[in-house]
Amino acid sequence: MRSTLPAAVPLLLAAALSACGSPEPAAGGEVVVFAAASLTETFTELGTRFEDANPGTTVTVSFGGSSGLATQIVEGAPVDVFASASPATMDQVVEADAVSGKPAVFARNALEIAVPAGNPGRVTGLADFGDEDRTIALCAEQVPCGAAARQALASAGVAAKPDTLEQDVRAVLTKVELGEVDAALVYHTDVLAAGDEVEGIALPESAAAVNDYLVATLAEAPNPDRAAAFVAFVRSEQGRSVLADAGFQAP
Amino acid sequence: MRRPTRGRVPLLVALPSLVGLAFLLVPLVGLLARAPWSTLGTRLVGPEVGQALLLSLTCASLATVLCLVLGVPLAWLLARTELPGRGVLRALVTVPLVLPPVVGGVALLLVLGRRGLVGQYLHDWFGVSLPFTTAGVVVAEAFVAMPFLVIAVEGALRAADPRFEEAAATLGATRWVAFRRVTLPSIMPGLVAGTVLCWARALGEFGATITFAGNFPGRTTTMPLAVYLALETDPGAAIALSIVLLVVSVAVLVSLRDRWIGGAP
Repeated sequence: MRSTLPAAVPLLLAAALSACGSPEPAAGGEVVVFAAASLTETFTELGTRFEDANPGTTVTVSFGGSSGLATQIVEGAPVDVFASASPATMDQVVEADAVSGKPAVFARNALEIAVPAGNPGRVTGLADFGDEDRTIALCAEQVPCGAAARQALASAGVAAKPDTLEQDVRAVLTKVELGEVDAALVYHTDVLAAGDEVEGIALPESAAAVNDYLVATLAEAPNPDRAAAFVAFVRSEQGRSVLADAGFQAP
Repeated sequence: MRRPTRGRVPLLVALPSLVGLAFLLVPLVGLLARAPWSTLGTRLVGPEVGQALLLSLTCASLATVLCLVLGVPLAWLLARTELPGRGVLRALVTVPLVLPPVVGGVALLLVLGRRGLVGQYLHDWFGVSLPFTTAGVVVAEAFVAMPFLVIAVEGALRAADPRFEEAAATLGATRWVAFRRVTLPSIMPGLVAGTVLCWARALGEFGATITFAGNFPGRTTTMPLAVYLALETDPGAAIALSIVLLVVSVAVLVSLRDRWIGGAP
């Protein structure tokens, strides 16, 4: 413990000083991004590519449920860019006057039924979500994937009997990967990201359950120039191809 | 025994202790300051709040009973026997303390889930599946809280002089009578402290619970889960729920303390 202390002190000092707003070189600095849990792979990839294209810049991405991230931003978290999985969560931030400029839709994502490999529960469609005997996981209604799931089930006329309402889409996916549930509603991109352990069943009603993903620079951004550059990069040709490769639809 | 020192408290003690006290209590003040007092009543009348609170108290208490039944014998084993590798065993018992609770929850799923090492047999042979059930909440809470009890009781047992038990035995007491009449009273403060810590930790448990038992109102949504999900959309509601949990837990802890050990001097 003792030996690490002298090394930690200058680090802490440096962190404290940079937090006090000492001027950064114009081209460099850190971009802090808050992104929806379903963007975990794509935004990690986009961050790395942005760093490669802009030497001296580091991108730090924090992933989580969009609503929780929005709450943290409204409470004053020092963030440059917010990428949310639904217009409703972006509105939370817009209403608090925490964005600079207008949020832009940069991708869309469709809900899909996810089942463990081999489909042990023999799930065929949304109707099975109303079956008491099957173990079903959904997102909690407070997060975008839960709101979208509710909409999809309602438009299909299914009274779902979920066994758990998870805090974000990745927690739902984990339950499917471990085979603890027979079926769940997640995004198409999550099914792809999970690889062989999860199978997807497309929804015929999916038109009713397509989510818009929005990105915005924030009013309190510590690094507004780089923030704008990162948002432009996400919406660029290169950014779109990364998103498309992961299964996102173009806006 | 020496009386506690009266009069001036040395500055070297007073200053850090006041900072420490403020460090622990100021966040509480922050909660109270931001609480939506005018709408507190209407926010808390919903059936979900009572349901979550009742579930929290029930599960924490059941988890504590489970910890007492399994943990006190384990503490005795660690304190009083010459088991080989006891030091390693003692360190392993504290693993749930250092493990991030979410990881603990995943570990429980891997063992007790319906595809888990043990869980698959529970599921296939008895039709029992712990995830997403109230029993699962109790298991997750007990997993995280038991080390607090074991460590406290083990410490008390090691501090208690085994010669009193031996004396009781020479006077004709059976092992059970010696434990109940001699050992138990001497480790009582440690046992009470451990039980209280265990209960409090179980009551506040979040990560292992939401990972292993999931979240469903009335079945697995305990207060900490309700607070977390309320925070997603309505921080005011989350603060209101937190205050209820705080008030109830402090009330329980204070009343138990007075009852069990006649009030601390």
